[in-house]
Amino acid sequence: MERVPILKIGQTLFVSIQIDLQDETVIRLQEDLADELAATGAHGVIIDITAVEIVDSFIGRMLTTIGSISRLFDAETVLVGMRPAVAITLTELGLSLSGVRTALNAEKGLEILNGKS
Amino acid sequence: MDVDGRNERMAAYLRDSHDKVVGRWTDLVVAGVRGRTSREEVRRELEDLYALIVRVLSGADEHAAGELTATLDELSRSRARDGFSPTETAVGVFSLKDAVYELVADAADLVPEFYSLSRMVDDLGLRTFEAYSSAREQIIADQSAAMLELSTPVVRLWDGVIAVPLVGTLDSARTQLVMEKLLDTLVATGADHAVIDITGVPTVDTEVAQHLLKTVSAARLLGAECTISGIRPQVAQTIVSLGIEFGDIATKASLADALALALRQAGLKVVPL
Repeated sequence: MERVPILKIGQTLFVSIQIDLQDETVIRLQEDLADELAATGAHGVIIDITAVEIVDSFIGRMLTTIGSISRLFDAETVLVGMRPAVAITLTELGLSLSGVRTALNAEKGLEILNGKS
Repeated sequence: MDVDGRNERMAAYLRDSHDKVVGRWTDLVVAGVRGRTSREEVRRELEDLYALIVRVLSGADEHAAGELTATLDELSRSRARDGFSPTETAVGVFSLKDAVYELVADAADLVPEFYSLSRMVDDLGLRTFEAYSSAREQIIADQSAAMLELSTPVVRLWDGVIAVPLVGTLDSARTQLVMEKLLDTLVATGADHAVIDITGVPTVDTEVAQHLLKTVSAARLLGAECTISGIRPQVAQTIVSLGIEFGDIATKASLADALALALRQAGLKVVPL
């Protein structure tokens, strides 16, 4: 099974998803991220989904779950680089990803996190 | 009497009296088009048609029927584009009967032959009408596609602020296009604030509101904030009486107010020079 790498940059964890998301991959990512947050005490998570072309309701829900988990570790999650087609799909599915902040690109995502701290 | 024999005799007759029939036919058609096409042009078109009709009637040439319908379709399409009415277009073909009838009226022995020709011309007339209406439908489809393109501009108001001025009724197809264009522009320009201006939207019902809400939430997923502006008094009353909730989406009376809000959120201030 493919794993999504989690990079720690300062007080921020950076996750860039470059593969087709399978259900197991996302569950594994959620677990890895929780471990990493506990280990590092990071205050922010940036999830870059620029390369993600297809999402379904499960993945949409998991993204919200990841946001909720991060908040328990006092870390804010910013989802960056969503493609228009993905945004339309999520809207049609009725998912507004409450609890997760969004930004157009990684740079703006970092600005949001830095503005907070 | 067999049909082929009748058709062949009619073909021979038409070939012999080519000049007289085409001349009379041209007169009748020219009277109908009322100066929108020159006599020479009409004559040229009709001579082509006439030659093809004679070839079809004589039965010698199996390609003639196909060529005739193709020529007729092309003629009908150009008539439709030039703004002729369907009657005028069809009468152009039907008047061939008048032209021939005036000539064969004296010769009683040609009546069965004339009947065959008449049947054929009727079929051609119907064919004309069909080609005419399909050409018109094509024009309408092209125009609505062009309108869809025209009616959804996305404009840049400021660095990082874009606006979509919506004009006309919003339906599902249009909202989809607006949403796609707005999101694409957000990504392409890196803007983080979008203003949807509905000054030109005559009515807002639950469906339109639903479409607007979807657009706003899709833009939010990209990380851009949306403001809805240009809500007119009647529209505001309708929205309230329908019980539509815009939730935490900012709404402003005018585009100027929305721009001011966007600038303030971007940390900018407009001051006198």
